[in-house]
Amino acid sequence: MSPALAPPMPPQLPTHLLRASLHEAHPYTGKLIIVEGIDGSGKSTQLDLLKKFLRSEGYTVFYTEWNSSVIVKETIKRGKKKNLLTPTTFSILHSVDFADRFARYILPPLKAGAIVLADRYVFTAFARDVVRGVHPDWVRNMYSFAVRPDMGFYFSVPIDVSLKRILNGRAAIKFHEAGMDLGLHTDIRESFRIFQGRVLEQYDKISEEYGLTIMDATTPIPEQQAIMRAYVRQLLKDYHPKPFVDVPEPSFIAFYRDHIET
Amino acid sequence: MAEATNELPIEIPADTAAVTKPRRRPARRHEKLFFGEGLPYIGVQDLSGKLIVIEGTDGVGRTTHVDALHKWLELDGYAVMTTGLTRSPLLGEAIEEAKKGHSLNVNTFTLLYAADFADRLENQIVPALKAGFVVLADRYMYTAFARAIVRGADRNWVHGVFGFGLQPDLVIYLDAEIDTLVHRVLNSDPEYWAMEEAGATIELLDYWESGMDMRLGRDIYDSFINYQKRLLHEFKLMSEEFGFAVIETEQEDVDEINKRLRKVIKAIL
Repeated sequence: MSPALAPPMPPQLPTHLLRASLHEAHPYTGKLIIVEGIDGSGKSTQLDLLKKFLRSEGYTVFYTEWNSSVIVKETIKRGKKKNLLTPTTFSILHSVDFADRFARYILPPLKAGAIVLADRYVFTAFARDVVRGVHPDWVRNMYSFAVRPDMGFYFSVPIDVSLKRILNGRAAIKFHEAGMDLGLHTDIRESFRIFQGRVLEQYDKISEEYGLTIMDATTPIPEQQAIMRAYVRQLLKDYHPKPFVDVPEPSFIAFYRDHIET
Repeated sequence: MAEATNELPIEIPADTAAVTKPRRRPARRHEKLFFGEGLPYIGVQDLSGKLIVIEGTDGVGRTTHVDALHKWLELDGYAVMTTGLTRSPLLGEAIEEAKKGHSLNVNTFTLLYAADFADRLENQIVPALKAGFVVLADRYMYTAFARAIVRGADRNWVHGVFGFGLQPDLVIYLDAEIDTLVHRVLNSDPEYWAMEEAGATIELLDYWESGMDMRLGRDIYDSFINYQKRLLHEFKLMSEEFGFAVIETEQEDVDEINKRLRKVIKAIL
């Protein structure tokens, strides 16, 4: 190869597709429904009820949960236990978890035309990791391979209510849940109040930025569930599951075949 | 855009897409700055050491040169720390374990490298630079860039993920032709003969170093060649984009090559 010639660049996705992701609807035939909210907001309970309802209605429903991929589960656990994590590594490890689950459990059923329910989505990282100190643009870019959910519920709850629910359900608040790694307060409850208070502020901004549906998480459980079902019914009105099968060869494969393998 | 419909984000590169805006050009070398947004929560104004990166594909002799430079710098009175890819205490065996499963996609792969890199950067490299050490990095984020991009990851996305990365004071890229590299990779394990004598079975070519996750040929050798050619191409692109000091390693004499490395390094110390 002549050194005077600049080597050819592999193709990049067209700009309009690069911008798609979290700000525009995804092109797939399935439906992605997610829930967000701080610990103790009741979002998991609601999503579980929704899952059972949709399955009973005969829909094909898949479910995935934040921080459940086997790839980094042990690493995150060990890192948290021994306090080895920095805000940046904490953030990246959770994105590894998400990237793995996205490729395995979210994207395939979405393309195949099924319904996917996610307990927490990228917005959890946007809220928490920014409070821990990483740059908001950086964390948004890291998750920019994710698709925009068809419907996102944000369960809004005052700190004291969530604190009470957590303490009723189990014995203690978890170290990272209270943001104790940030050294905000020596008392775990106070630290929880400060940390989750800041997370709430971020969630408020995010709900607006990404158009999440805000749920009043202090109302009775059946009431919230009825509202959720009404929204989801509306979403599924024109839902005709049909898999995507006409998938093209990725352009970068053709590029390297033509330019490199001589 | 009639052609664009053919490239809807419904195959591998699509998952890896996307930033919402063009990223700003990374700052030039020789400035202690970050590649992107950096690490907003730590101070890095007082980095008195130097960060020197040695990049190059497998078989180019990086590790040999890094070892020689380490000794040379110490004899010259510099405190030296060496660091390499996937050596972080946090990730430990996690990357090797994940690779064994052969089920990583390009995003997961890239992010795992980023986590390892961030851990070493914050816990080893930055503290060493603050203490005035010369840090020799046997590979840096550029290797992760190349590995991700040849697998179809979006260039802007990858650069963005590593936005916390510190700009090195100097990046030396060791270059060689593919035919030289093949020969060296197959002979690169000095313990090979002893292990063979002992009756051990040894893989001559590594699954991942051969890009076998993409099956780029009929057998592991063919895949290795095609994969390494792609990496070389990406390094050529990056040499221009990031202004690497390119050093040819085609000639056989290692000492001669090392002398040239020393000259480039001396100029920045």
